[in-house]
Amino acid sequence: MSNIPENLKYTKSHEWVKDEGDGTVSIGISDHAQELLGDLVFVELPEAGASLSAGSECAVVESVKAASDVYSPVDGDVVEVNEELADTPENINQAPYDAWIFKVKLSDPSQLDGLLDAQAYQTIAEDD
Amino acid sequence: MLIFEHSRSGRRARAQAPATHDELSGIPAHLLRQQPPRLPEVSEMQAVRHYTRLSQKNFSIDTQFYPLGSCTMKYNPRACNSLAMLPGLLGRHPLAPETHSQGFMSAMHELQEILKEVTGMSAVSLAPMAGAQGEFAGIAMIRAYHDARGDRQRTEVLVPDAAHGTNPATAVMCGYKAREIPTKSDGDVDMEALKAALGPQTAGIMLTNPSTLGVFERRIEEIARLVHEAGGLLYYDGANLNAILGRVRPGDMGFDVIHMNLHKTFSTPHGGGGPGAGPVGVSKRLQPFLPIPVVGTDGDQFHWLEEEQLPQSIGRLSAFAGNAGVLLRAYVYAKMLGGEGMQRVADYSTLNANYMLKKLMEAGFEAAYPERRATHEFIITLKREAKELGVNAMDFAKRLLDHGMHAPTTYFPLLVPECFLIEPTETEAKESLDAFIEAMITIREEARQDAEKVKGAPYSLPVRRLDDVKAARELDLRWQPEKTEA
Amino acid sequence: MPFIPHTEEETREMLDAIGADSIDELFDEIPHNLRCGDLATLGPGLWEQEISQLMQEKARSDGQPLCFIGAGAYDHHVPAAVWQLATRGEFYTAYTPYQAEASQGTLQLLYEYQSMMTELMAMEVSNASLYDGASALAEAVLMAVRAHRKSKSRRILLPRSLHPHYRATVHTLVKNQGIELVELAYDGSTGQIDQNDLEKYRNEDFAALVIPQPNFFGVLEDTDWLTGWSHDNGMLAIGVVNPLLMSILAPPGTWAETGVDIACGDGQPLGAPLSSGGPYFGFMCCTQKLVRQMPGRIIGRTVDLDGKQGFALTLQAREQHIRRSKATSNICTNQGLMVTAATIHMSLMGADGLARVARKCHRNLNLLKEKLTALGEIEPLFSGPAFHETVLRLPLEAKRVLRTLAAHNVLGGYDLSRHYPELGDNALLVCATENRSAQDMDKYRLKMEQVLASRRQGACATMAKFD
Repeated sequence: MSNIPENLKYTKSHEWVKDEGDGTVSIGISDHAQELLGDLVFVELPEAGASLSAGSECAVVESVKAASDVYSPVDGDVVEVNEELADTPENINQAPYDAWIFKVKLSDPSQLDGLLDAQAYQTIAEDD
Repeated sequence: MLIFEHSRSGRRARAQAPATHDELSGIPAHLLRQQPPRLPEVSEMQAVRHYTRLSQKNFSIDTQFYPLGSCTMKYNPRACNSLAMLPGLLGRHPLAPETHSQGFMSAMHELQEILKEVTGMSAVSLAPMAGAQGEFAGIAMIRAYHDARGDRQRTEVLVPDAAHGTNPATAVMCGYKAREIPTKSDGDVDMEALKAALGPQTAGIMLTNPSTLGVFERRIEEIARLVHEAGGLLYYDGANLNAILGRVRPGDMGFDVIHMNLHKTFSTPHGGGGPGAGPVGVSKRLQPFLPIPVVGTDGDQFHWLEEEQLPQSIGRLSAFAGNAGVLLRAYVYAKMLGGEGMQRVADYSTLNANYMLKKLMEAGFEAAYPERRATHEFIITLKREAKELGVNAMDFAKRLLDHGMHAPTTYFPLLVPECFLIEPTETEAKESLDAFIEAMITIREEARQDAEKVKGAPYSLPVRRLDDVKAARELDLRWQPEKTEA
Repeated sequence: MPFIPHTEEETREMLDAIGADSIDELFDEIPHNLRCGDLATLGPGLWEQEISQLMQEKARSDGQPLCFIGAGAYDHHVPAAVWQLATRGEFYTAYTPYQAEASQGTLQLLYEYQSMMTELMAMEVSNASLYDGASALAEAVLMAVRAHRKSKSRRILLPRSLHPHYRATVHTLVKNQGIELVELAYDGSTGQIDQNDLEKYRNEDFAALVIPQPNFFGVLEDTDWLTGWSHDNGMLAIGVVNPLLMSILAPPGTWAETGVDIACGDGQPLGAPLSSGGPYFGFMCCTQKLVRQMPGRIIGRTVDLDGKQGFALTLQAREQHIRRSKATSNICTNQGLMVTAATIHMSLMGADGLARVARKCHRNLNLLKEKLTALGEIEPLFSGPAFHETVLRLPLEAKRVLRTLAAHNVLGGYDLSRHYPELGDNALLVCATENRSAQDMDKYRLKMEQVLASRRQGACATMAKFD
């Protein structure tokens, strides 16, 4: 079974969200998602400064046989993107919860409460 | 070894190039090239030997059974090639006047008529250069039709989830949203889902019938009625026309527009991935929108119909008149078959597929749709083998190569897990089919004894399994001596 | 039965195995009313001798005239080995190399093709081909719009001096995606892109400028200046070039030093016969930065399980079979066999061979121009430098001249009046490739002289009796 840390929030579309405690969140894809995709070969990053709305497509993770959109779990502006992933997409396979893809400054911090907790996400991942 | 590695500076195959250097005049120096391109410098024999050897590293219809589902890898008659390459046809300039084109144009006109007849459509344009371009032309015509009526609320094209990837990609290229319609467990379109999806926003539906699941959509007439009632049009993806050639006509099923893959049904060569040809046929109401050029006739003489004659056309799809050389090959093939021969195509491709399906089921392989007749192709699922033996569809496919057979289509359609889409075609003899079934049984037995052996296949080919991840992560897309040497 | 091997006994045996009485029964899931009749109108099948005769008659009836038309399709010599090799069954009857291990021949050849095209164009990346030059340009336009992330502009500057059929094709293929094509005028005296017209768009938001080399009139554009201008104004530069001429002319990757962002065109001059307009192939090259925006197949070199070099399709996640509605294009197959021929062609010719052919074409055009202008009433229409094709102004309607020449089996060029009415009725685009001999040109000159003479006698229409 894939790893689903308790301290993170999740979405149905397999993103994880980490509250950085300063009004920003880090966002990546779950262990379960990287397992489904297989060896990643490319990550298309959002542009720093872009403003996102929850549910909008903002990045793409690509393996040899599949490509999957990453959706922003929240409203807000991109404050930083993980440029390292452009050269080493395999970081996501190796450590999905360290390999954040982008960071967003939240427009509405209360949106975090609407996201899934580890237990709820586990149920979804098992159904896949 | 790459051709570049046979190259030696100063070595030339000069027999083919003019002997003298002609001077340039009146061309400003800054428009001239400074460094010559590093193309190979080899002798004629070296080039011939190199490419002959490369060809021998390919599987092909001429050398192997090639049951690649949905691709119709049937025999490509040699006469089609040699007759399309007659000097008079090969040397005709695309802009030659009609006075010097009547022979060529008469063949193109007759091909249009033949395709009309076998598809039951009112008019045909030969312009699209491939299946995907035929699809584009088809959906662009549907859009032009709605636009011409001022009906601009239609924004969606419906596509079954089993469809080829080209279908949704085409819808988007035509400015539509692609909306997926699920398939039921018996392989037919989910009618309730279809009804729920239809509405004033529906521009049309793209269907392949028989579908990519290898079964005939039995409720096609009802689908046609429902879509038409909603104001949408029906697009027929001709990928599987081979299954029904001379038996059922898309026009009679209620389709408004169809594309044909001549490189499948009309046996023009696949050429290592093209060129193809994707003519489109239309019902009366879409006739004004056909892509140009089309060949017309006044009985005696043939002439081109261009934008002046077809002002509502969706326009031009290529610099000239499509892949004429491919069209000529299809014409020769169609003339050699005649009406009766066309029907035999459907008959024997269906016979071969049903025979293989039955034999594989008897051997204990699982059919994806066991209650259904196979069309010209069928699906088996190797999910049980994957689970029990740890050997998946990819492993079976690679091991088949060691048995001297090309693998069927794997992992498509995506709906069926561990799937093999198998299309034997009508030109294969019973003994090839039996050999394939034997090979499948042998591989399964081998997997029981030694799964790792199967997972390591192939062993007998120029290379073993390739590292796709490395290929994508460390892109090496061209020869760069300075890099290799460094 | 043609191409079907089944004996009656085998058919029976197979039906028995299936448990069906007849082949007809195998179609029992198809509603009865949908079955069609016997297609009798198509007539009986012809045997090989009959169809051979029919095709030979058709080919003969088109007369193999002496051709001085270029206009996007050029009559070049193709070495004998090219098509003998390309039509080997192993190339001719293979399919897209999905099973890489069983397709190393095609895959390595495509990798070599990509290498040769990047050399010829001086670009970083090439795909494995598109359908033809016109549709390749349409794909380049779509690619430029996708790649131009800065502004998301959906406008493209397209010169009027670009091949009219290319412009029409681009329009067909991109119009449904809300892309606007803005036409750039040409300079009436040089035949080049009008720089004053271009300046009107300075600082405006466009995704790309399309730069033909040579343009439809056969005139060479100032490619450095145009490329520099497009980059200065935040646009991508798309070069549309004749690949044969890139053996002599500055290739798009070197224009204005930075080079263009996308180069494309038609590969026909690299080994494809005229063949009524196709199949040819479209080529496309781009910068490394844009590789993921590129449509079509791309081949990469990698290693197998034993570490041995091999070739495979790569970056497939861009393509329709994976990305479906989000693919870079709906393109599936390309023009594999034409690329096979082109790769062999380039190997046999080498850089030197291509350059010799290009020079010979240039020399022939100048010869033809000299011969025709010596008649006194014919002159070049544009002053810009020409390479192997040029526009001449005749003293009478091009259409009438061409009709009379054609009656003498000479195709004298392409009449520009339909697509360029502003040039009047007398503008003729002519081309002389290395395949036209001095005698061919003399014949052309002689027939032209007769047309002009008979006009002076007011009897152009009765010219036929001269022969």
